Amino acid sequence: MLARYRILLPVISLAVLLCLTFWMQPRAMSYFGLNLLFNLAVPIALATIAQMMIIMVNDIDLSLGAFVSLVACVTATWLNDAPLIGALILLGLIASYAAMGAVIHTLELPAIVVTLGMSFVWGGMALFLLPTPGGASPSWIRTLMTIKPPLIPMAVVAAILIAALTHILVIRSKIGTVLRGVGGNTRSIARAGWNVTALKATAYGLSGLFGVLAGMALVGLTTSADANIALRYTLLSIAGVILGGGEFTGGKVSPVGAVIGALTLTLAASFLSFLRLSPDWQIGAQGAILILVLTARLLLSRKGAAT
Amino acid sequence: MTMKPWVWGWAAAGLAFVVTLMLTSGRGAGELAYAALSFGAFAAIVGLGQMLVITLGPGNVDLSIPACMTLAGTLALKTMGSDPNTAFLGLAVALATGFGVGCVNFLLIWLLRLPPIIATLAASLIYQSLAIWSNRGLRIKPPEGLADFATGRFIGVPNVAWVALILAVVVWVILERAVWGRWLLASGQNARAARLAGIPVEAVRAATYLSVSVFAALAGYLLASFSGGAALNMGAEYLLTSIAVVVIGGSSIAGGNSNVPGVLGAALFMFLVVSMLNSYGAGAGIKSVLTGTIIIAIVIAASTRRSRQ
Amino acid sequence: MSVLERTPVVVLRDAAKHFGPVKALNGVSLSVAPGECLGLVGHNGAGKSTLVNLVNGTFPASSGEVTFPDGTQGVRSVFQELSLCANLSVAENLSIAHPDLKGFGWRGPARAEILASLDQVFPDHGIHPDTEVDQLTIAERQMVEIAIGFAPRGGAARLVILDEPTSSLDEGIARQLLSHVKAFCASGGAIIFISHMLGEIFDVSSRIVVLKDGVVVADRPAAEFDRQGLVDAMGHVAPEGPQTETGRAALGEVVIRAEGLEARRGEIVGLSGLAGHGQAAALARLYLAQTSDWRAGRGARAVFVAGDRPRDGVLPLWSILRNMSVSVLARDAKGGLVDTGAERRLAEVWQKRIGIRTGDLTNPILSLSGGNQQKVLFARALASDASVIVMDDPMRGVDVGTKQDVYAIVRAEAAKGRTFLWYSTETEEVCQCDRVFVFRNGEISAELTGDDITEEKILEASFEMMEAS
Repeated sequence: MLARYRILLPVISLAVLLCLTFWMQPRAMSYFGLNLLFNLAVPIALATIAQMMIIMVNDIDLSLGAFVSLVACVTATWLNDAPLIGALILLGLIASYAAMGAVIHTLELPAIVVTLGMSFVWGGMALFLLPTPGGASPSWIRTLMTIKPPLIPMAVVAAILIAALTHILVIRSKIGTVLRGVGGNTRSIARAGWNVTALKATAYGLSGLFGVLAGMALVGLTTSADANIALRYTLLSIAGVILGGGEFTGGKVSPVGAVIGALTLTLAASFLSFLRLSPDWQIGAQGAILILVLTARLLLSRKGAAT
Repeated sequence: MTMKPWVWGWAAAGLAFVVTLMLTSGRGAGELAYAALSFGAFAAIVGLGQMLVITLGPGNVDLSIPACMTLAGTLALKTMGSDPNTAFLGLAVALATGFGVGCVNFLLIWLLRLPPIIATLAASLIYQSLAIWSNRGLRIKPPEGLADFATGRFIGVPNVAWVALILAVVVWVILERAVWGRWLLASGQNARAARLAGIPVEAVRAATYLSVSVFAALAGYLLASFSGGAALNMGAEYLLTSIAVVVIGGSSIAGGNSNVPGVLGAALFMFLVVSMLNSYGAGAGIKSVLTGTIIIAIVIAASTRRSRQ
Repeated sequence: MSVLERTPVVVLRDAAKHFGPVKALNGVSLSVAPGECLGLVGHNGAGKSTLVNLVNGTFPASSGEVTFPDGTQGVRSVFQELSLCANLSVAENLSIAHPDLKGFGWRGPARAEILASLDQVFPDHGIHPDTEVDQLTIAERQMVEIAIGFAPRGGAARLVILDEPTSSLDEGIARQLLSHVKAFCASGGAIIFISHMLGEIFDVSSRIVVLKDGVVVADRPAAEFDRQGLVDAMGHVAPEGPQTETGRAALGEVVIRAEGLEARRGEIVGLSGLAGHGQAAALARLYLAQTSDWRAGRGARAVFVAGDRPRDGVLPLWSILRNMSVSVLARDAKGGLVDTGAERRLAEVWQKRIGIRTGDLTNPILSLSGGNQQKVLFARALASDASVIVMDDPMRGVDVGTKQDVYAIVRAEAAKGRTFLWYSTETEEVCQCDRVFVFRNGEISAELTGDDITEEKILEASFEMMEAS
């Protein structure tokens, strides 16, 4: 029952922010305007889903931003120049994410520290690959990201697709249920005969997969890459999951909420630029919006608890 | 426990020191030690604060350390405006900034019930904006006397290292001997059980979040004085470093267990690894990859050692 | 005997389990046949849980063997601590233990199966299969867990191990379970039933095995035991059930009045009613209101004795000593620093008074058995100066011997003028309080004193509402 209730607030906060934006800037209420508003939402939404896969199993990934940057660098260089090798590298990266999950579980390491260390590794590899900004987006990704579907802009379509697919994967499917169970009570999953190491590897592997998709989507939008291109995604993705009604422990996550959380964060940035806020305060205002939304969530959940 | 987990941090630091000297064939041992102790001191000060927060238990971590360092350094230097004899005024401003940041962080966590990761993350964006706004690209030099103190030495050891050492001793005494330390360790093991045992857990949490910010502010003040001015990105590397030194130092990330000597060793180690790789002439990318690998390797070594006991 | 003709479900031959130097189980031979309900009794630390874990395969035997003549399928465990995934729904929890439910459309069958099993074991349970487990009460969670244990899950349950299954259930629900157990055995299933409540053991068991210090000291048909004989076999001479004849101090002024409860100086006030009807929550609120999140007064008025030790009581990384002294640190401190000498003296005094079985107080708290951990929590509370002692079902899963020790101490402390607020799920315990508040649906439905405190009256007050509705 509560799971359905949990999705309400992210929806409301997105709606409120959207109304405010339209009110400030009526021209945004158009195909072109929406596309502009949510332009950067697709990679952020994918990264948020990636982070959610890790939070789902009670861990946290501090390396995601560096990882997405690395993927962007690989996409802009190898995948563009030698697609086969590039694809293999990306597959290898997904596999290493899965391996990271298995190692963290078998050796009982704190995920926060291992991913912290891995952020240095990914960042270093990205720097090694692209010491200066450059590279080019493979044309097919570029085409895919700039496609103009009728009526609804590409970014919105993509967000709906991502939300629907991950909802089926995480909430409806059996494997998703078991993975959420790992977050809820690892011991009982193990007692029921599941191989928890394999499950953790699956969760991390899925995270790697969505991280790779995020990096590719990002390059499709920016057309080039650099080693620091997505570093802020680490914190953005964590904020997105929480904004979307997820919790850090107990396997309580919502993929639809996470996508909405990512959209909210993207919209907040656009909204602030409409406000003609001094650039000094842009970052701070994002923080303030984050706090505001979470305060609303607190008030709402208190009210929910009271009734 | 026969082998204390903090031994690893110190052993690794020593090893990195020796290897670096071997690469430079013994030249520059003094300079290296000076640099390691100075930069290690900044990492140690923020690391001690982060350690206290992490000791509070799962989910407790302060992500606002870099922003707090930058804000405190910026405001302090702006107040002092390079005037001589304003060092203590600047220190007071820095510490007050830290206190204010700590209060805001804790209020967000306590009143709004935000997870500390999100609360400190969101608040740090605001501190960052404040620092940008108050600084506006100005680079104010610290007063001369203060700069001399921050870069000077006493009995051959950098003054900033003394500061870190004194702070470490204070923290150690609190954790090992004081009632507050017991309360902190108990709250970190099981906050609910601690509250039901009569421990004022909210007061303990408040004090901890205030300490970490005050420590970060102090580190920001010293770092700005040491490096001749506050820069907007001066705290950036200390986010990951502060967490890394806590874990390499052998404190439990799950809370309730902390390790002061380990943090000091790990802080030295973190700097020495980078200088070791520098003397190899490694590029920035390789340096970063190796740093990450070494952090993970140490965490694995420490954990397998622990589980064998 | 038909039981003897059937192939046993599980056979243990001289099975032993050592944890380092600790011999948790020291050569046990027994077998469980279909249609049999094996009652397993023994004190905390006697090896019951280890035996269970050998049978359900949590860990292998150090020596000897555990064999399943017809394979391990259909061997189920319902664990003492709750082991559901709180973030998943009731049906999803079933599906996790049901490997055949996969692909598309697994939800419908999962819902149907858990509902059928719940209906069968606990008629009128009122649990919806789509409810998330963390929305259920403790008792309902326990019911779900038991229902999952008995559900077919692609085969059929052949042996179900029930480890203290009724500890969180009220008596009516517990009776439903006991009758289901009997029906299950009558239709050829096997049960291993562990309980500290000897009445239940006699009610359902066809055979009783008594464990003591890791070995079987008695293994006979249930009919050959009587209550006293069973208690003697377990190794305690004290009879079960508290004595009521102790002299009571004259009651003083009212010291606490909150949550509709009232207690006088030197009074032992019981809280009763069906499990999960708001007693524990009322006590927790009462305690939290008496103490502060921000200040630790030197003489806190109230202390709390937790029953749910891992959740509410034990500080797992610490020694016995530190766990015991944590509530009085501020009182005994000198200049903010812990007085380690006073701490040790205090702990040694209480170790003797309350009989904590350990050679060294600096051993980790988790090295103690559950009952002894509970004694540490009692010592922590009693060592303080607090005049009000709040006890949240502290005897859950505690052996008879420990209970006797604690009853005596509670009586003695009350005679000295301390006030006890004592919630218990066991009516026998509540019956010897000076005053009893019975809870129903989160509210106090009756206040009983003196001769009115009887099992019948308490039950009546617990159930009234249900009859009315």
